[in-house]
Amino acid sequence: MSSEEPVHTIAVTINGKAYERAVADRKNLADFLRQDLQLTGTHVGCEHGVCGACTVLVDGVSARGCLMLAAQADGCTIETVESLAGDAPGPSGLGPLQQAFRDRHALQCGFCTPGILMSLTELLRDDPSPDEEAVRVVLSGHLCRCTGYQNIVAAALQAVSKACGAR
Amino acid sequence: MDTIVPACQIIEPATAAPADGYTARRMFGARAPRIEDPALLRGEGRYLDDIRMPDPLHAAFLRSPHAHARVTRLDLSGARALPGVVAVFDADAIARELTGLRMPLGFPSATLQKDITPWVLSCTEVAFVGEAMVMVVAESRAIAEDALALIEVDFEPLPVVHDCHQALDDGSPVVRSDAVSNIAEQLQVGFGEVDAAFDGAAHVFAESLFVHRGAAHPMEGRGVLARHDPVEDAITVWTSTQMAHEVMHSIAMMLGMDQHNVRVIAPDVGGGFGCKYLTYPEEVAIPAAARCLGRPVKWVEDRAEHFVSAIHERDQYWDVDIAVDADGRIRGVRGRLLHDQGAYTPQGINLPYNAATSVTGPYRVPAYRMDVIICQTNKTPVIPVRGAGYPQAAFVMERLLDRVARELSIDRAALRLRNLIPPEKMPYDKGLTNRAGVRSIVDSGDYPATQAAALARIDYDGFPARQREARARGRHLGLGLANAVKATSRGPFESAVIRVSPQGRIDLYTGALAMGQGLATALAQIAAEQLDVPLEMIHVTCGDTGRISLGMGGFASRQTVMAGSSVHLAAIEVRNKALKVGEQLLGVPMDALRLRDGRVEVVATPTRFVTLGDIARKLKGAPGYSLPPGITPGLESTGLFQTNSQAHANACHACEVEVDPGTGAVRILRYVAVHDSGRLVNPTMAEGQIHGGIVHGIGNALFEKMGYDDEAQPVTGTFADYLLPTSTEIPHIEVVFLETPSPTNPIGVKGIGEAGTIPVAPAIVSAIEDALSPWNIRLAEAPVSPVRLLELIDASAKPRPAAAPLTPCGASGT
Repeated sequence: MSSEEPVHTIAVTINGKAYERAVADRKNLADFLRQDLQLTGTHVGCEHGVCGACTVLVDGVSARGCLMLAAQADGCTIETVESLAGDAPGPSGLGPLQQAFRDRHALQCGFCTPGILMSLTELLRDDPSPDEEAVRVVLSGHLCRCTGYQNIVAAALQAVSKACGAR
Repeated sequence: MDTIVPACQIIEPATAAPADGYTARRMFGARAPRIEDPALLRGEGRYLDDIRMPDPLHAAFLRSPHAHARVTRLDLSGARALPGVVAVFDADAIARELTGLRMPLGFPSATLQKDITPWVLSCTEVAFVGEAMVMVVAESRAIAEDALALIEVDFEPLPVVHDCHQALDDGSPVVRSDAVSNIAEQLQVGFGEVDAAFDGAAHVFAESLFVHRGAAHPMEGRGVLARHDPVEDAITVWTSTQMAHEVMHSIAMMLGMDQHNVRVIAPDVGGGFGCKYLTYPEEVAIPAAARCLGRPVKWVEDRAEHFVSAIHERDQYWDVDIAVDADGRIRGVRGRLLHDQGAYTPQGINLPYNAATSVTGPYRVPAYRMDVIICQTNKTPVIPVRGAGYPQAAFVMERLLDRVARELSIDRAALRLRNLIPPEKMPYDKGLTNRAGVRSIVDSGDYPATQAAALARIDYDGFPARQREARARGRHLGLGLANAVKATSRGPFESAVIRVSPQGRIDLYTGALAMGQGLATALAQIAAEQLDVPLEMIHVTCGDTGRISLGMGGFASRQTVMAGSSVHLAAIEVRNKALKVGEQLLGVPMDALRLRDGRVEVVATPTRFVTLGDIARKLKGAPGYSLPPGITPGLESTGLFQTNSQAHANACHACEVEVDPGTGAVRILRYVAVHDSGRLVNPTMAEGQIHGGIVHGIGNALFEKMGYDDEAQPVTGTFADYLLPTSTEIPHIEVVFLETPSPTNPIGVKGIGEAGTIPVAPAIVSAIEDALSPWNIRLAEAPVSPVRLLELIDASAKPRPAAAPLTPCGASGT
């Protein structure tokens, strides 16, 4: 960042950890996460808010990391894909939704996957038993070139049925 | 014919009789979870832009806003003066770092017009919107982009070639001032007595068809990171590519370096779909800058750049005739293909050649001739995207067959069945040669059975009743079907090394390149089948030229066949060597031993074993001591499966659509895809390939249109204008596999990555035409938009009805 670049100092909680950072006014949230905090699980696919790869949860609500300035996140609680494994054991442990994605082959190149996982996390919190239509409507905010979406729908529905079974 | 092995020689692992009931893992064919997934799902993938590098610089490119213009003034002083800018390279500056300013031709050709490849940076003339002109290198990407805005350029606009028909007109402007003609090359492909076939025909029908330009659009764009080591004068380049080794050769040539000092690494690649099977100007400019400046330099393409600077595909005009007998049997096909190559030819004529030679597809066509004109226009250059000319060719053939069916009142499926290559004619000589100069032989497959399976699955016979019943309710259903063949597994070879370290680690290196398909898992499964280890024990590295000296990469649905065969051969050798050494170390004959979980153990007493690491330690040698008798050093093997023949994957797709003639909206109700890709290494991943391929095809059929105006200005530069299919447009796709082993390779597999895409557009377009049969409209293009359908409906004799909204895919009750 050049010396004249205007900055703001922001305080954010990301995946349960508090950060205070000076951030360039023009830096978007996705770049802040990736470049300043090395949270590179959040991907940038189009930078105009269509592809959804950069989706994160801001105060529990899905947001495009490319359409939000980092400075706007001051005081917010942010969740990214790096939070989803939670306390799943081991270096390759997976949370239930992640596990469903693996079980149902819901990812190929994996570039769009983190954003989709975050949107589906939001959906499953809001509606613990969505039907296929509800899943497809949420997924329509994401572009995936590899999977044709079918196995992503199946994975989301598997996560639903496992969660329902566990209740 | 001599290129075809007479029968499929699938080598199964030896099976020692298990005393303890243990049976060896059968990994080939297993629905194994992917070894790639945990890291990707946890956000721990390492794509190009995720690579952390100390003290990097960042590049941004000034790109031409004109389709064709002369640069009369270029003032870089403002950009150079901006704090944080480290260097600004124009064509002259970058030329000083390179052996030449023009990119090498991907596939050398003696007949192609000379001096036809892109520039690393253009100098005095620009020939398409998006062409790189100046590279700024700065302390951050933001500063580099700020500097772009400070560059002053005066352009003198030049006349534009915006379409390949215009390119052929007398008096047309010329695409570039260094081009001798707008025609890059003309060629003719064919076989048989075509004119005689037409002269004697009962019927001849002509069609003029157009398939529009789209783009690959992997969700990760391109990107390059380069670091130069001044001590060794060596350079490491990470790039999001489908062909690490070819990029290495190009960089070495362009930077005047020995290729041993150039290492190219493909990190996790976020999709390719063809657009990364090329050495791009940026892949030369970034390493040159890194070497010149003595610091790492990174460039990550943004989507706006990808729309105009990554390659496009599909723009082709076809004027074709088909000659048939009275019963619809094909006598011949002939015509002219006008291929829009864009402003430069980075790769060669492979794409139009593919298209022209694949028209006859799965059908018996006794005589064929296609005149191909490769036209240059002031648009983004073109190389193959998923399908590589085959989707257009299938569109042509299937549209012709639909025309014949309609004209002769023959059922569409019956007409196709009458013309499909029958299984007893396999292997079938297509009468053409492939790029390797080898006769194009369709190796295997049962095409009538494939079609029959699709018809049965979609209840073809029951459709007329469904259509009538729906029409009675004012709903317009249509059914379409299309067949396809893809010549996969392009040679000449692919590489694989399997190496067991003295620590017992199993590494698998290949020159094949993973772009998200699950290649590492597929190759690990093939190796694990022989070595009997869990997949997680096999560490797969794809596309790192520092790890393996030879490689071709990911294109033409080839990797499971070519790299898979190499892995298979190498794994058998490692297995056999381990057993031989085990025999000597354990004092037990080989046939009483087995491999299991990284050990060679005695079947009768599994507590007696040596590990693969023990064996590797033995075979690494100790100074002055002998190796076991008859054993060569090292527990490793290199597989280099080599072939010029191709395994032909085939498919039949059938779909039902509903069209709202009041709005032109199309909804796909059912989509059935029957595929034969030979033996399947992992059926789950195979299904995933078909799903993705079909949805790419749905994009080509209904949505994806890279638009240009008459000045060759792109008019679809965002995902809001250029529509990729989303989840609500896509029905549940039903995939059925037949498995006819290919005799062209030792594991009986055929490629699968592109096969799903090829028949989609003709199947959907046929279904739309069928749904709108009361309006008697004819579709001769793809994609087909609602607006286009309304134009055709309004131009017909029957009035347009009121809108009757369709329910989206996945909605309740569907």
